[in-house]
Amino acid sequence: MPNDMTHLQAEATRQAEICNACRYCEGFCSVFPSMFAERSFAAGDITQLANLCHNCRGCYYSCQYTEPHEFALNLPAALAEVRTESWETFAWPAAPARLFQRHGVALVAALIVGVAALFWAAFALAPASGRGFYAALSHGVMLSIFIPAFLFPVAALSISARRYWAAVGGRRLRIADIKQAARDVATMRNLSGGQGQGCNFEKEDRYSSARRHSHQAVFWGFMLCFASTASGTLLHYGLGLEAPYRLFSLPKLLGVPGGILLTLGAGGMAWLKTRAAKGLGDTRVWGGEMAFVLLLGFVGASGLALYAATGTGAVPALLALHLGAVLALFVTTPYSKMAHGVYRTAALLRDAQR
Amino acid sequence: MDDLLEQTWDVVIVGGGNAALCAAIEAAEAGRSVLMLECAPKPYRGGNSRHTRNFRCMHSGPLSVLTDTYGEDEYFDDLMRVTAGKTDEGLARMAIRHSESCLPWMEQHGVRFQPSLSGTLSLSRTNAFFLGGGKALVNAYYNTAADLGVQVIYEAHVTHIAIEGHQCTGLDVTITGQSHRISARTVILASGGFQGDVDWLARAWGPAARNFLIRGTPYNRGVVLADMLDQGAQSVGDPTQCHAVAIDGRAPKFDGGIVTRLDCVPFSVVVNRDAQRFYDEGEDVWPKRYAIWGRLVAAQPDQVAYSIIDAKSLKLFMPSVFPPEQADTIEELGEKMGLNGDALRETVDQFNAACRDGDFHPTELDGVATEGIEPPKTNWARPIDTPPFYGYSLRPGVTFTYLGLKVDAGARVQTPDGPLDNVWAAGEIMAGSILGQGYLAGFGMTIGTVFGRIAGQEAASHAQ
Repeated sequence: MPNDMTHLQAEATRQAEICNACRYCEGFCSVFPSMFAERSFAAGDITQLANLCHNCRGCYYSCQYTEPHEFALNLPAALAEVRTESWETFAWPAAPARLFQRHGVALVAALIVGVAALFWAAFALAPASGRGFYAALSHGVMLSIFIPAFLFPVAALSISARRYWAAVGGRRLRIADIKQAARDVATMRNLSGGQGQGCNFEKEDRYSSARRHSHQAVFWGFMLCFASTASGTLLHYGLGLEAPYRLFSLPKLLGVPGGILLTLGAGGMAWLKTRAAKGLGDTRVWGGEMAFVLLLGFVGASGLALYAATGTGAVPALLALHLGAVLALFVTTPYSKMAHGVYRTAALLRDAQR
Repeated sequence: MDDLLEQTWDVVIVGGGNAALCAAIEAAEAGRSVLMLECAPKPYRGGNSRHTRNFRCMHSGPLSVLTDTYGEDEYFDDLMRVTAGKTDEGLARMAIRHSESCLPWMEQHGVRFQPSLSGTLSLSRTNAFFLGGGKALVNAYYNTAADLGVQVIYEAHVTHIAIEGHQCTGLDVTITGQSHRISARTVILASGGFQGDVDWLARAWGPAARNFLIRGTPYNRGVVLADMLDQGAQSVGDPTQCHAVAIDGRAPKFDGGIVTRLDCVPFSVVVNRDAQRFYDEGEDVWPKRYAIWGRLVAAQPDQVAYSIIDAKSLKLFMPSVFPPEQADTIEELGEKMGLNGDALRETVDQFNAACRDGDFHPTELDGVATEGIEPPKTNWARPIDTPPFYGYSLRPGVTFTYLGLKVDAGARVQTPDGPLDNVWAAGEIMAGSILGQGYLAGFGMTIGTVFGRIAGQEAASHAQ
């Protein structure tokens, strides 16, 4: 084992060398063509392969060398473990990554703190006047909480992305790299099984697109919710139109379908996770990942509930719940499974340069 | 389980690989009740099919992942070349002709193909590669079969096929230590060759066979084959022969599969236990010589050989699963590999001195040959002089055995006084009819698919 490798990287390297002598899985995803371009692997190569892997498990169920065979291949798990370790190395600061990746209960605690903070803000800083949910929490208070809660993860993740890029030997980005990676992210090509048949996730050696579709719902749902918030900001400052908005307004037209997609998608992802074999991922972070998926679903569902409760007495409590969850999600982003979006995109960008 | 053992089945299939699955699917689609008896446990199901990677397919135009055309005559010529004529032309041509319609059938039944793998471009016209390899194909067929209602019992060891006159009346099978008699209207034998039974190999080939490695499943022990031959079924294929290639000597005894392949021989000098060369390493391009080296190594003392290259050649061939031994001097490399270092030095020096300048070209016969040594190296003969030096040990790796059951064009098992009424055979257990010698990449899967399907259809119509 090369001296600069961790034990997990060395194990993934052992497995990759067996794969490189076989190559039967070449058509499943980007990991294999990338792997087969090398004859030997440095720590950075293994880190890149680990972050390129979407854990579709097609290779595992096709592999003639899985246990009880003495070669004991389990590439999805080996790469998942290297991935966990790499995020704990690249996170800034590193300690919370270990906490939030491995302990679902820590994420629950973050949610409780977030919700409590919002209740406190609503109570202690109660506005004198305001319409809709601004009657419960003033616009100024919201901004003073969420501007830092948004900028902090952006800053932390930029540091992580730079660290990742240096570790995997990334070069200056070209437009073509960005185009290809954007296409891969938008279509989740690496969850397609190579031919659109999907993953081997919840149905063992049968293919299924349930995970790809659930992930698409979460991704596009999240993006729509984000766009909804952004459009609200534009309406507020650009046109002086303040919330609450009608159903036929941009924030609602984006936010309601977004919330529905996010909630259903997260529910799907959580259910699939309970059906899939744990041992083909990193078992150490199963709880942390599950808590993250549920938190995402809670953000979506509480947002929808808040909208449904418009004009009722439940608004202040639901507002605190929803915004508290959003706060917890944002602040933990650099350290939770949420960070995978950044690392995975970086890996796809790097792969586009191959 | 008891229900499965007590009913009378329309079709019982012995085996659980490609041929067995194709037969099961055909019979079940015809509406028959089908039971498969697979002797391997579930993780090892599929026989040698789980190690395969492609299907050699005739085609008169681009077909699925296959490019260009590959006609019947060219296909048959390729077969004649490797078998040196030891084939049943009628059966061979039938398998070749049927292969074209098999590929779409395979796709319809869950098999996915991918473009030719990196490092195998030479096969992109003739061989369709399975996405994920043979185990993915096996999984797809098991799922298709399950959806059609086919029942499978794993770890079911068939010990005897009860034949009365020309009729099979039942099968004896041992499951978790218990013997059972299963009744069947028809039986399809698709249980492979006998290469997993090392004692049988040693009786057939000689004691040297105990040092052979078995590349595929340990579950092909030829129990049903022996039982049928004992009862007078006609045999085909040389009973003493097996197909063996030279593989990495550190491979596991069984089931090492594709990754134990070593492609370094043409760029190396190969010596035996006594550090002496014994054959022209550069006789032809590797795919054409791959198969003879199993036999060459089998004939050396202790059935072992050592392939020595230098730094110039390390990246000219596919990486293998085990890293080579490495040293800065030939002596040290020899000692690391358990050879006499001085003797190896002497052999390499003699070889180097016999090398001549030339235009080295790794992918074609370049004529860069030695002069004045025996045996010569007739291509790619570059001096082994650039450290670090690398060494791989080589041992014979058995792929399959040739002895099998004789069948007719309907896959029916033959006896000296005519075919059996209700017993068919498909796959490796009858492949010796067509592959009497040598091997053609991807042709085992062709034979298994074509004859498996025919056996399934014939048994289904007989059991009506």
